[in-house]
Amino acid sequence: MNLVRFIWALVLSVTGTAALAAIEIQEITTPSGIDLWLVEEHSIPFVALDIHFDGGSSLDLDGKRGATNLMMGLIEEGAGELDAQAFQAARESLAASFSFSSYDDGASVSAKFLTENQDDAVALLTLALAKPRFDQEAIDRVKGQVIAGIASDAKNPNRIAGDWFYSAAFGDHPYGSDQSGTVESVTALTRDDIIEAHRNALVKTRAKVSVVGDITPEAAAELVDRILADLPESGPELIGDVGFGLEGGITVIDYDTPQAVALFGHKGIKREDEDFFAAFILNSILGGSGRQSVLMDEVREKRGLTYGVYTYLVAKDHAEMILGSVASANERIAEAIDVIKAEWARIASEGITQEQLDEAKTYLTGEYPLRFDGNAEISSIMIGLQVQGLKPSYVVNRNDYINAVTLEDINRVAAELLDPDALHFTVVGKPVGLETAQ
Amino acid sequence: MFKPFAVLTTLWAISSTASFAQDVTSFTLDNGMDVVVIEDHRAPVVVHMVWYRSGSADEPVGASGVAHFLEHLLFKATDTLESGEFSETVAANGGSDNAFTNYDYTAYFQRVAADRLPLMMQMEADRMNNLRLTQEDIETERQVILEERNQRTENNPSALAREQFSAAQFMNHRYGVPVIGWKHEMEELSLEDALGFYDLYYSPNNAILVVAGDVKPEEVRALAETYYGPIPAEEHLPERIRPAEPPQKAERRMTYVDPRVSQPYVTRSYLAPERDSGAQQDAAALVYLAELLGGSPFTSVFGTKLQFETNTALFSGAGYSGLSLDDTTFSVYVAPAQGVSLSEAEAAMDKAIAEFLESEIPDDRMEAIRTQLRASEVYALDNVQGLANLYGQALTQGLTVEDVKAWPEILQQITKDDIKRVAGQVLDKKQAVTGWVVATEEDAK
Repeated sequence: MNLVRFIWALVLSVTGTAALAAIEIQEITTPSGIDLWLVEEHSIPFVALDIHFDGGSSLDLDGKRGATNLMMGLIEEGAGELDAQAFQAARESLAASFSFSSYDDGASVSAKFLTENQDDAVALLTLALAKPRFDQEAIDRVKGQVIAGIASDAKNPNRIAGDWFYSAAFGDHPYGSDQSGTVESVTALTRDDIIEAHRNALVKTRAKVSVVGDITPEAAAELVDRILADLPESGPELIGDVGFGLEGGITVIDYDTPQAVALFGHKGIKREDEDFFAAFILNSILGGSGRQSVLMDEVREKRGLTYGVYTYLVAKDHAEMILGSVASANERIAEAIDVIKAEWARIASEGITQEQLDEAKTYLTGEYPLRFDGNAEISSIMIGLQVQGLKPSYVVNRNDYINAVTLEDINRVAAELLDPDALHFTVVGKPVGLETAQ
Repeated sequence: MFKPFAVLTTLWAISSTASFAQDVTSFTLDNGMDVVVIEDHRAPVVVHMVWYRSGSADEPVGASGVAHFLEHLLFKATDTLESGEFSETVAANGGSDNAFTNYDYTAYFQRVAADRLPLMMQMEADRMNNLRLTQEDIETERQVILEERNQRTENNPSALAREQFSAAQFMNHRYGVPVIGWKHEMEELSLEDALGFYDLYYSPNNAILVVAGDVKPEEVRALAETYYGPIPAEEHLPERIRPAEPPQKAERRMTYVDPRVSQPYVTRSYLAPERDSGAQQDAAALVYLAELLGGSPFTSVFGTKLQFETNTALFSGAGYSGLSLDDTTFSVYVAPAQGVSLSEAEAAMDKAIAEFLESEIPDDRMEAIRTQLRASEVYALDNVQGLANLYGQALTQGLTVEDVKAWPEILQQITKDDIKRVAGQVLDKKQAVTGWVVATEEDAK
């Protein structure tokens, strides 16, 4: 076993005083070559485990949209000798929790199990991942649930806006459609399609793992090897990059509901870009930080036009966006959009102030260590860092990266990134005084 | 899938988890403010919460939504802080803050580095007494809560349906009025409404301080005495007596039609007892009843009979939370599978309930639920904010710290007879509202 050990201390320094937390992330390569991050925490007798497999629903084959999503929904529906009900009865008797899901760029497994029956819980999880039954009866039942979800999305204003926006931005690329698929594509999926999706999505060499809790490094490495032992060593080629193909403008989708919802955005910035941290702070100031953001202040606090307005940097594996969302009564959404556009333009041209930058830095660097306050939390954070290709040392250095951003950097990035003319608003509802326009 | 929790046969017993019990201390300040300290020293983080024993069910008639409106207004100016400065200061100290309102409580919290606790207490104590609202605050923030209602309720057919069904369930009690308020009353909420509620209820003898995380009880006591101690108790705080429900004698049935509904479903809520201080057994039995009837889509009565043995339901479930000051509800629901009508789905649900009441509860199911409940105490320790919420809810809803500590053991002692007895009392349609939620009148058959 190749044990590389990182010992680090998390230093929180906010306006003078310092609180100190020590979390020790151990970076381990298991005997069979899996990269694993571990935090030992023996005070509560359970373990939180997260596994991420690269690829996810972007690996759906042509005409098989929804296969990976349906497959991940079926992992808990029986394995080996155990049908769905017997499998769940076994899991429940162990008081373990397993969840299986997929998204555009990955398939995720998240588990919690007690120390006292750890081996049995792990055996059950291993069985589920390697030997799912995919009984036809379970496939039919879960298909019904997925299709009900698709039908429900078709009447949900936020989902209607998202579907239109992504489709217009990414077209035929997998990012251009919802991973659930369509009623037609899901209805047509066969058991063979599900088996193929399983083989493609859960590839051992594409796994990243984090473990937090009542377990030693040796036991964790052995446990992870056991869980992944029977999964395939290689899989189909991962998808390629795609550009953001939506021009600036407004698209109104008529839907009879009292409050219009708007999704807006344009192209963003790559996670690897050297200006990423400047963009990250900029987004926080603009609309990322909640109550303190510029947009929240202008649209909610000063004008009472909405309950919430937010922006997000979205850095997927193969495309980048800066997105935002707002919801206002049909009579008021046009004004909310005007204010957002004006602020977008103002910050692009004028930038932000030193005071805003300093406040954002204090908030972001102070808030970061507070996230590490539970086994499940820490495991989830660590898997996210691995997915982004970061090292454990990132946790120590992250606040330095934030603090290194200068006013000059952030205002240069504001001018480059924020483009009011490129901003596209997709509005679902019966907005007064708004029409589709390019 | 698409339903998170479940329970069934047990092969392993979970051994003593008692040694990992929550580290909880409580005391009361001289001015009547209760204090609960929950220690968790894994990270240098603290959650600071103040809970008021006042929620929407304490509002004056005609001013629905004022408790929640006031919650928003507490982020405006005080004698020493400008409007918005409270949250700005929390953020400038690397923390985050928010607040929430329910029928029985209004709560405010901050999550910060442990060494920022004194500042949080200073500011929270300040806004308990020194709020300075302006007419402009009222005008703007009232628009915000109306947009919040739009977002949570008006744009959500299930939420609109739930509002109608609750109003029918509670014939006399304020639980029949939505927490966020009826829209027509929200539009009229005034500065006087907000201040009336504030002046009466925002006082230390009506509040509970919960501090959870990397703190010691002694330091919390010293800080609480410094910051909250000087605030005088409210002498005119009214006793918390709410209008009780009369005997409910007639089954109520309703159909909510909204074209935005995609999946029709039937739901039924029965009037049910809540956890009472020193008398939590019936509520504990109802926790088992919910698990047995509809806890797991794979192994519960509904899951087995409606989703596995027959293809009646796409989804089904049962729900109960005993945390409530007054009588609450026990609820069940079924979303029919393709080609099954709502009448057929409801008949199948009723048949499953009847069969459950007539047959023996399997030992393995009882044991599985016991095991899961015991394990949930271990997992709960991983989330100190969750524990803080639990104590805040309990203490604003008529329970004591001792009741909360006793609860896991009461759950372990529940027998099949307890469940059958309580099920027989609660599952009575005369005390229930059955609601259908559909897209068109044609679907209501």
